[in-house]
Amino acid sequence: MKREIVLKRREVVARILRDRAGLIVVPGLGAPTWDCTAAGDHPLTFPMWGGMGGTCMIALGIALGQPGRRVLALPGDGDMLMGVGSLATIGAEAPANLAIGVIDNERYGETGMQHTHTGRGVDLPGMAAAAGFKRTATVYTAAELEAALPLLLAEPGPVLVSIKVTTDPVPNVLPPRDGTWLKHRFRQALFGDEAFK
Amino acid sequence: MSANAAAEWPQGIYDTLMTAGVRQVAYVPDAGHARLIDLCRANPVIRSVALTTEEEGVAMLAGTWLAGQRGVLLMQSSGVGNCINMLGMIEECRFPLLMLVTMRGEWGEFNPWQVPMGEATAGVLETCSVIVKKADDPARVVETVQAGARLAYDAYRSVAVLISQRVLGTKSFVK
Repeated sequence: MKREIVLKRREVVARILRDRAGLIVVPGLGAPTWDCTAAGDHPLTFPMWGGMGGTCMIALGIALGQPGRRVLALPGDGDMLMGVGSLATIGAEAPANLAIGVIDNERYGETGMQHTHTGRGVDLPGMAAAAGFKRTATVYTAAELEAALPLLLAEPGPVLVSIKVTTDPVPNVLPPRDGTWLKHRFRQALFGDEAFK
Repeated sequence: MSANAAAEWPQGIYDTLMTAGVRQVAYVPDAGHARLIDLCRANPVIRSVALTTEEEGVAMLAGTWLAGQRGVLLMQSSGVGNCINMLGMIEECRFPLLMLVTMRGEWGEFNPWQVPMGEATAGVLETCSVIVKKADDPARVVETVQAGARLAYDAYRSVAVLISQRVLGTKSFVK
């Protein structure tokens, strides 16, 4: 039986990022990027304005290059479905420091709220588990989100947690748009002026 | 061209990538890249990542650069078509990107289904603001990759080196 969806996306993302410290965050294009900006823009966030389907692979490249840091990808469900093959690649590589939190409203939110497959029985955590992810979960309630935070933020990965959120409208909160500047900001946060040598 | 140059260009590319400090190698296999992939996989200093589609590698190498490392993407020309939207992000963010593309559908191709994408490869890349350098002489493959690596990592450009079927020869396709 389908469970009721009650979690608000802005509250979910703000809770996940509340104590982020050195966490690296890659939100997928559209609503997850606006959610992360609403929670507080940060130089160790690389907010996606495009590249649909690539969010988790950018996070993989970062995770492999920075094995001492936790990397959290936050794709929407449409983004994750477009790059669903990357679950196989990430499962095979098995990076311990990579987690994926799918902000799953079962809709293509930027284009008119058309249904995605996650509302029609497609189980992304199940697909991730079948691809060899170490831990997976589906979250419907605040209590389940609290229980899943250690998976997202600390436990050995790869991890995938699908967080079911409502389709309630939220205001757009936009990060800076210039991709080259966002790249430099991120690298400077990691490497200081060495980033430009 | 010596017989050695024809036989040794994969080793020469590998040496070039090592000299450039490449630490992540993403690839969808191609017979023309088989030896280079084996060399990379045998080196524990390099993270060699097999992809399900080439587009994944474009995104991954953006992350590689964000993480302070250098990467390279190996693919066959048919895979170039799978990369187009993600190359838009590379251009917007001016991520350095080095792609080494072995050609199909180009020089003495026998499979008609390979020809359309082979014919389109260079044009598609250039339309996506990728600098294209063609290597159709075995003796010049390594220097072309060296030049491409400098353009990518030192001049912050996206570069594709297209390695012709004329270089790969028929031997690369059969054991």
